[in-house]
This record gives sequence, C-alpha cells and structure tokens, in this order.
Amino acid sequence: MPEEKTIELNMGPQHPATHGVLRVVLELDGETVVKARPVIGYLHTGIEKTMESKLYYKALPATDRMDYLAPMSNNLGYCLAVEKLMDIEVPEKVKWARACLAELTRVNSHLVWLGTHAIDLGAMSMLLYAFRERELILDVYEACGGQRMMTSYIRIGGLAHELPKDFDRKVRKIVTVVRERLHDYEALLTNNEIFIRRTKGVAVISAEEAINYSLSGPMLRGSGVKHDMRKANPYSGYENFDFDIPVGKNGDAYDRYLLRLEEIRQSLRIAEQVIDGMPEGPYRAHVPGVVLPPKEDVLYKMESLIFHFMIITEGFKVPFGAVYQAIESPKGELGFYISSDGSNKPHRVRVRPPSFINLASLPRLVEGRLFADVVCAIGSVDIVLGEVDR
Amino acid sequence: MEEQVRSFLKSSFGDAIIREDDFRGQQSLYITPETLAPICEELLQNSELDIKYLSDITSLDWLGHEEEKNGRFEVIYNLYSLSHRYRFFLKVRLPGDNPEVSSLSHLWQAANWLEREVYDMMGIRFEGHPDLTKILTPDELEGHPLRKDFPLTWEQPQFSWNKDRPPEVIK
Repeated sequence: MPEEKTIELNMGPQHPATHGVLRVVLELDGETVVKARPVIGYLHTGIEKTMESKLYYKALPATDRMDYLAPMSNNLGYCLAVEKLMDIEVPEKVKWARACLAELTRVNSHLVWLGTHAIDLGAMSMLLYAFRERELILDVYEACGGQRMMTSYIRIGGLAHELPKDFDRKVRKIVTVVRERLHDYEALLTNNEIFIRRTKGVAVISAEEAINYSLSGPMLRGSGVKHDMRKANPYSGYENFDFDIPVGKNGDAYDRYLLRLEEIRQSLRIAEQVIDGMPEGPYRAHVPGVVLPPKEDVLYKMESLIFHFMIITEGFKVPFGAVYQAIESPKGELGFYISSDGSNKPHRVRVRPPSFINLASLPRLVEGRLFADVVCAIGSVDIVLGEVDR
Repeated sequence: MEEQVRSFLKSSFGDAIIREDDFRGQQSLYITPETLAPICEELLQNSELDIKYLSDITSLDWLGHEEEKNGRFEVIYNLYSLSHRYRFFLKVRLPGDNPEVSSLSHLWQAANWLEREVYDMMGIRFEGHPDLTKILTPDELEGHPLRKDFPLTWEQPQFSWNKDRPPEVIK
C-alpha cells in the first residue's frame, strides 16, 4: 500500500533491553517513533490478591518478590504500614538498622541499574564492575537474613534476628570500596563521548509534566523537583541523618544518570552515619501478642512460647481502618495502602508501584524521537517488571 | 492543612462531603461520585492549597462486610501536596452493580494507567477514559481478580495440563 507510511514494530517481551518482560508496540515512520504502546502484565502473579488471603506476618515474603532488586525497601514499606495500622513504636536501634539496610538496598538497586543501563548503551565492562560491588551488599543480606535476594529480614515490629556480629565491618567496607570505585565508574562514563551522545537530551520530561504523570524518585528529581519522601515525610529515623537530595536540571537521561550516582554517594553517607552512631537496644519491639517474641525467650519462657504459637497460627486482630505508608524506594515513592476489616488478615493490600507509574510516561518520553533512543529511555526510567506487574 | 482542605471543600462544594474520617493521622473525605471531577478540577486550579500530585488510585471491595450498606465498592484517590508535604484521601462509594465514576485522565496523565488497573482488577468503569482496556491480566481472563467473589485458586485461562481437570476452589 503506497499511502501507508508507518510500520508497526514489536519490541519484546523477549528483548534484552527491556529489562524483563516488557513489550512495547512501536509505530515507526522511518526511524522516528510515531506512537509507542507499552504492553505489560506478563509477570502478573496476583501478589495483592495473595496477600489478602494470608495473615499479616505471612504476607511479608510476597513483598520481596515485587521489586526483587530492592527487597529490603519493600519489606520496610510493608512493615511500616502494618506498624502504623497497629500503632507500634519500634526501638531506636531497629529504626537505624532499617535505614542502613534500606540505603544499602538503594546502592544495590542503583548499581544494577548502572550496569544494565550502560550495557544497553554499549558499555559492556560497566556491568561487570557494578555486579562486582553488588556482591558485597548481597553478602550483607546473606549475613543478616540468610538469603541473598529474597531476604524478608525486616519484620513487623523489628528485625528477624539480631544484626550479624561483623555488620559494622562489612558495611564500612562497602562504604569505602563503593565510594572509591564510583570514581572509576565516572571515569568510564561521565565524560565518555559515546555515552553522552546516547543520553544527553534523550527521554526529556519537564517538571510540570513529571508532576502531571505522578513520577517519583529519580525520574521526578531529574526534572528538578526537589521531592524525597525521606525528607518530606521522614520515616524510620531519617530525620536523624544528614544527607542531601540531588536534583537534575534538564530532565534527560544523562541528568538521571548523574543523579543516581550522587544518590549512591548520599546513601553511603547515611550508612556511615548509622554505623558510627548505632544506638544499643533490642532488635524487636516488645508488644505481646502482636510482635513475635525473641527466639531465645521462646525456648525458655512459657508465655513467650504461647504468644509465638498464637501469632503464627491465628495472627493478631487489627483495628478497623486503612493506612497508607510511603517510603522512598530506589525507584521512587513506594506506598502500601492497607485496609483492615477488623480481622486477622488484610482486607486489601494495595501497593503503589513506582515502576508502574513511571513506566506510564514511556510513550511521552519516546514519541517523536529516534527508534534507538527507546532503549535508552526504558533504561533511564529504571523499571523492574516484577513490581510493574506484581 | 486539614482545616484548609476541609474549609475549601465546604465552601465550594457544600453538600459533597458525606463523611469524614481521621485514622492514625490520615484525613479521608468521603464525597459523592458526581462531585469528584469538579472537586479535582478546582484543586488543580487552587494555588494556595497546591495539591497537584495524584499519588495513587486504588479500590476496595466490601462484599460481605457490614460496610457494604454504604456501597460495595470504594475508590480511593490519594492526593499529595508537594509544597505542603501533606497527603489526604478522597473516597467515593459505588454500588455493586454497574459501578461507574468519572475519569480523571483529562486532569492527570497518571490517572490513565491507574484507572485502567482499577478497571482490570476490580471492574469499576471510568466514564470518559480514552482507552479503558485490560492492563495486567490476559485478554481471555473473565472477571476481575481483586473482587472478593473471585476465587483465589481458580486458574483462568486454562492451560493444557489443567484443561480437563480444573483445580478445586478452596474457600
């Protein structure tokens, strides 16, 4: 047909640059993208529905599996929401330890992003370096929760176990090593002519539009909106720490790259502050019947054993009502809206997925641009399909 | 901020507020479904309140609960003010049969996908939405998974290994 000027091209779901199973249906006019339609849902596992059928404790492991690059952030968001619902105050030490783990998670997630984004744009070696440093963080996860990825370490009312003995030493090592190696990354990418040409002025979004699209995290800050949940509505002791919120200027992929590197630096700063001033105290709040008693007590005290048994088999009753708790996850504002009908299972758990909402802006980022920029745009949004589809 | 939001709504939309709720320091306002779009329009115009960030849209199903008498479905609009760092919730209650509320996608681009998700998972229609189609579940799936009467273990669509033996529904 001679009048037909555009062609339709299917990108994904099996495409290495879509970071999972994202499918984008592109309408191309030559090399220019006329229309882009993301198709999602290939990884939909009904996590929200599953959580409705579980006791509050037993719904926790499902949260790890959403954003599998940031398990601790998901745990933290869910636990904070349940604690808000139950009106539980956790010990100071728990708050600090959680903040430290959440910041390590941010470094972890940003490192994976950095590696995969760079490899999308042709810088192969970056991935190997980023994953090398990530290994140190996964070692901390393993020492804490026994697993490298699906940790479930942060529990309702505290932590699963006491922090490992050499936690300080391990975190300090991460801080020194990653801080040192950030210079190497910058040497590889920041002034790299190819990288700059692929990212500067690509996937631009203005501040007004970013707000209109409800973007959050680096996508919002990259456009110059200084908004961070850790500062705006502090949770888990973030008001005690000294850190800056980096913002971008142009709202393009390059700014977001610089911003995420700076966020790694700030996260390391917070982790260092936690290690320097970690308060002493128990690793779990003492709320009989709601928070699991420490394992040592369960073995030797009858009451604790009864409470342990009751919490595991019957759970605890939650007052009627609904709460929303937002945290700043590596991807943006991760929120948990938990509605309770007064029983021992959540009536509804809604996750506000930052990846999902940020991904909705993809057509806006790529339409009218070159086809090759689509890969860069998807990378710079930083999505995890486990969280997009849930 | 709580007072300001309340007085703004009371002055411009006097009888729109059905009920107010304050739980754990969170302000929720139940409003009538038809006033939702005008209220949000006014909010976007109002530079003093500066509530321009639609954080989330979600929904609940109260089937079988005593809350059902006020309407089976509840749609929750999670609004946030970036400058005042203030969050509040607008909630509307909808009936069980043919739940429908006006779409906000002409005000916020973000509402587009959020409303599609609510439609897909809960079956609430948004009037005036440009592309109200399924977003997460497969095209051939019937029903809306997050409704309380949607069984948890029922596998749909059926695959070759469970076509003849559909799994039992566990209540």
